[in-house]
Amino acid sequence: MDILDILRAALQQALGPQAIVFVLAAIGLNIHFGYTGLLNFGQAGFVAAGAYGMAVTVVTFDAPFWLGLVMAIVAPLVLAVILGVPTLRLRADYLAIVTIAAAEVLRFIFGAVETKDTFGGSNGLNGYAKPFQEANPFSSGLDLGIVSFGRNDLWSLTVGWALVALCCLLVWALMRSPWGRVLRSIREDEDAVRSLGKNVFAYKMQALALGGVIGGLGGAFLALKQASVVPSDYSTLMTFYAFAALLLGGAGRVMGPVIGAFVFWFLIAGLGSFFSQSAGDGGWIPTVIMSDTQASLIRYIMLGLAIMLLMIFRPQGIIGDRREIAIDGR
Amino acid sequence: MRKRLYRVLVALIGALMVLMVGTPGAAQATETPPPDATAIQVTLQDEANKDAQGNPKPIEGVTLEVTKDGEKAGEGVTDAKGVAIIEVEELGKYVVTLDEKTLPSGTVLDENTKNEATVQVRFQGPNNRAIFPIGVTAGEQSNFGKDLAQNLRAGIVFALVLCLAALGFSLIFGTTGLSNFAHGELLTFGALMAWTFDQLFKTGGLATVSVILAGIIAVVLGGVGGYVQDKVLWGPLRRRGTGLIAMMIVSIGLSIFLRYLFQYFYTSSTRSVSQYSGQQRETHWYYLGLAFADREAITVLISIVTITAVCVWLAKSRMGKAMRAVSDNPALAASSGLRVDGVITNAWVIGAALTALSGVLYALTLQVNVFMGMRILLVIFAAVTLGGLGTIWGSLVGSLVIGLVYELGPLFGVPTSIKEVGPLLIMIVILLVRPQGILGRKERLG
Repeated sequence: MDILDILRAALQQALGPQAIVFVLAAIGLNIHFGYTGLLNFGQAGFVAAGAYGMAVTVVTFDAPFWLGLVMAIVAPLVLAVILGVPTLRLRADYLAIVTIAAAEVLRFIFGAVETKDTFGGSNGLNGYAKPFQEANPFSSGLDLGIVSFGRNDLWSLTVGWALVALCCLLVWALMRSPWGRVLRSIREDEDAVRSLGKNVFAYKMQALALGGVIGGLGGAFLALKQASVVPSDYSTLMTFYAFAALLLGGAGRVMGPVIGAFVFWFLIAGLGSFFSQSAGDGGWIPTVIMSDTQASLIRYIMLGLAIMLLMIFRPQGIIGDRREIAIDGR
Repeated sequence: MRKRLYRVLVALIGALMVLMVGTPGAAQATETPPPDATAIQVTLQDEANKDAQGNPKPIEGVTLEVTKDGEKAGEGVTDAKGVAIIEVEELGKYVVTLDEKTLPSGTVLDENTKNEATVQVRFQGPNNRAIFPIGVTAGEQSNFGKDLAQNLRAGIVFALVLCLAALGFSLIFGTTGLSNFAHGELLTFGALMAWTFDQLFKTGGLATVSVILAGIIAVVLGGVGGYVQDKVLWGPLRRRGTGLIAMMIVSIGLSIFLRYLFQYFYTSSTRSVSQYSGQQRETHWYYLGLAFADREAITVLISIVTITAVCVWLAKSRMGKAMRAVSDNPALAASSGLRVDGVITNAWVIGAALTALSGVLYALTLQVNVFMGMRILLVIFAAVTLGGLGTIWGSLVGSLVIGLVYELGPLFGVPTSIKEVGPLLIMIVILLVRPQGILGRKERLG
């Protein structure tokens, strides 16, 4: 048992590019769920739209890289409008089911054999990230003693955390503006807002689009970081992990998603490392009870349990305010 | 109006059932019990040479050789039914070679068929098939009528299995208002339990009824699971006054928890139960122009009987009426003296048992896998949304439509690899034009 090793694995993951993707997805969800009260279970669809928007533009249509970046923003925007028009008038649980279905439809289409020419099938697309990698100004990696990042990761991290900082700043500024106050009042009481003459539908649509675009940025970042887009990355589990991160940190708080995703990946990677050291050869848990494969599953079992317990006993998460969580349904 | 509707439904289901049962035809030879070991199965049939009932003639005594990476891994000879089961040691990619010299005289492989087939052995058990089309003409392969019959059959089976799960979902949703994202795992639970007890029984003296016994136990355990869930988790949450959205997120947590727990104990490999896994289409299950395999016929029969029983029970019995009352208006039901909490517990038990049964039947149709429930969850959502969330009759109609769309979609241009898209798109469209579903009422909307 090497505690330092566990800590290293946990920190590496919590600060690393993977966490950034989920921070961005969760910031988007925070606008939907935390501020507006929209139960979007299809965030993975927005993330996928961002990633594929860029990859398809560059790879399939041979367009320049900057156009790909533009499309990474346009594609989630279009998805938000298509999805929002029919669904935003529905009750919360209907909205959840439609968005999760739409995200799955997107993933199926991206992964289908029949659309292989456009979306690359289940192997996905690659070969678009070169300009991003070439723009890397770092000549070597970074070694902080306990955690170290290679040259490419360091570049991804710089871009990623800068993106996160920008998004947080944007959310902070927007939510203290009158526009943000309307969103929060929609979360509290839609009818009251309507009676004040506000166009609730338009506000909801704007919130859906903004959160979707931020999720799409997460997708574009994921696509650039791993230099390929694969449909299986964008399953419903991605949405649920982002939700878990948001709820853990605290919905309706600017820093909630950041803290949440950090703690989420810290725990996931830490537990993973702990159990992989404990089980198998040389571990203290006998193989009969837990094999190596089983050791990698324990953390997800605990994740499921954690989501339940969190929602039951502390729905506001680490830094949230209980009175500001939209969990009562209408 | 509602009463009449229910009568029509019962009559329809009854009529279907009579058609299904019919008169049993001549007894057929049962399939050789497949060994449990991992194997490649080859069935050789001469499609150009059919008997009176339209079944292709099996080809006997053909030698087949299996190689892996150029090395010989096994050999087999087809039996009187044209079937050869060749054991292999591990999963992987194999090449099956057919010895043309051992083919009976007069039978030739047609031009497009080589005497080699590559098989990806993905499943433990004998269900890895190598295919040698013999005497198949190009025209037959893309016969619309034949495809329609085949997909219709698959659609009916799937629709009925779906119907059971949707009924379970509706009972729970109707009484509690909870969109249970862990519903798929209840289905997986049924299938896994059936498989587990089948493993226990299949070698002992109960081998002949192994799957039936295992299925019954799985359904009972499913009901117990529903009871425990309600007592330990959902009941206390209701009494705390936890909101519906919070409960929905709790159900997501539960779904992830259960799914990985199942995977912890059962790994992610695919298995099949010991009986009723045959593909053989017996002629005595020949109805309405569709030939059903044994397992399909049994699936259809059991689900129709169960659905009818549940419908009659909901319409006639005290508890059924109470359940519908609670689902109509819980506050009114409570103030009329109904013990709402007890009714909800009942709904959980019956809903979970129905879903477990659906899982057992799905395990016959497909193989058992820890992810099966997760995959079908959104299709269940589509079915109940189409029919109208929380309405019992709606979930019947909805799942019949969705089940048929799911299997017939590929005939009308939905790519086969993404059949799920059809039902999901229907669901999105129905929410656009008629959000309350076919049989739902407007007041359920927000």
